[in-house]
Amino acid sequence: MPETVIVDYDAGNLRSVQRACAEVGLAAEISADPARLRRADRIIFPGVGQAGSAMATLNRTGLADALRERLGEGVPVLGICLGLQISLDHSEEGDTPTLGLVAGETRRFQFDDPSLKVPHMGWNTLSLRQLHPVLEDLHEDDAFYFVHSYYTAPQDPAVVLAEVTYEQPFCCALGKDNYVGVQFHTEKSGRAGLALLARFAAWDGVFKAAAGEASRAH
Amino acid sequence: MLTKRLIACLDVRDGKLAKSVKFVDTKDIGDPVAKAREYYDDGLDELVFYDITASSDERRIMLDVVEAVAAEVFIPLSVGGGVRTVADATDLRLAGAEKINVNSAAVQRPGLIDECAHALGNQNVVLSMDVLCVEASAAVPSGYEIVINGGRLRTGRDALAWALEGVKRGAGELVVNSIDADGTRDGYELALTRLLSEAVRVPVIASGGAGRPAHLVEALTEGAADAVLVASMVHFGDYRCSELKQALADAGLPMRMRW
Repeated sequence: MPETVIVDYDAGNLRSVQRACAEVGLAAEISADPARLRRADRIIFPGVGQAGSAMATLNRTGLADALRERLGEGVPVLGICLGLQISLDHSEEGDTPTLGLVAGETRRFQFDDPSLKVPHMGWNTLSLRQLHPVLEDLHEDDAFYFVHSYYTAPQDPAVVLAEVTYEQPFCCALGKDNYVGVQFHTEKSGRAGLALLARFAAWDGVFKAAAGEASRAH
Repeated sequence: MLTKRLIACLDVRDGKLAKSVKFVDTKDIGDPVAKAREYYDDGLDELVFYDITASSDERRIMLDVVEAVAAEVFIPLSVGGGVRTVADATDLRLAGAEKINVNSAAVQRPGLIDECAHALGNQNVVLSMDVLCVEASAAVPSGYEIVINGGRLRTGRDALAWALEGVKRGAGELVVNSIDADGTRDGYELALTRLLSEAVRVPVIASGGAGRPAHLVEALTEGAADAVLVASMVHFGDYRCSELKQALADAGLPMRMRW
């Protein structure tokens, strides 16, 4: 029986994610137990909140190590919002060293146009940069729900799966091997978001980025 | 491109859905859920529940409604009414609300905004403001005064100053509800909406007064709002959510048109 775990690290309301998973037929358990994570064969790593406190919890509880182990073993992992941001090396939020699964950093929005609102909040459409099993069959008018004040800037453009434009285009979905991360709240993005979750539920974790970063160790 | 949002507001009073349908049976709380589902299926971008009452029994009913809606509606849910403590906010969050609206209790004790922002993150704390147009004075230089307790108690507090303070304390979004425009169906209070939207860097939701699709267009253009909140327009069946969104798209506004 496949077991999906939603990682609980005191970062926001995880039940929304659990409900959306249930809607697409994916039974997922919310757990803060590293031992439980080590038995999972599919992992969802959501989160809203602050990078510093999230990393402190992940390191203290041993969840960070368990997550790295499972990633190394090829288990499909989906990061959402903060779960995407802390996959990079560093976050400007609280000057926090983050998980370093993907080279790059998370930066605060700085706009030339002073009237632009922060957070970037609402529904926005994606520009696909490369094919990925989790982002298949997207329609160009499919919009997803975003709420964030920081954005991810991966070093290697080859990991970028999709971009979104808010004054500037920025990365909003990245993929590296069996890790895929999205900036938007797929669990709150209507049918387009549910369809993405359904594709994640069916994904075997195999993905080869266009070039570059694939060889970087976890 | 970031789209403008159409938000529908469902008022729940004494556990009953107010405004939307004339039901009398308090136990019949399946109805707000059906309404939410209908709007979701018809392209609504976000849903707000306001609980006008606050006793513990009614709070439980509200939590049940939120929970039932969250189980089948996969768009952002925002809930407000009677949130006085972080514990109130956390209960609603656990029931399935992303965003928590604070209003009167925050005016009476502004630290509530800081506490909620700390516990839930700024982006999940919405400052909802009921505003009355008054003569400008030393205390209320903008000519807009904050009123609390469901429009019953004037505070002598300036709406612009309060909006700025609220954002500084950690509110991630503002709902600007004009008491003068509310229920008139003559259109949103555009000058007020624009004043506040231009003063803050967080999104502003226009509320109160919408009667026709053109009013929504005005709020998002002249009013500089990021989102529009409707109630009567959709609850009484005068307009469908999809129809309103189409009208906004036809007026050239970026809208989510596929759902």
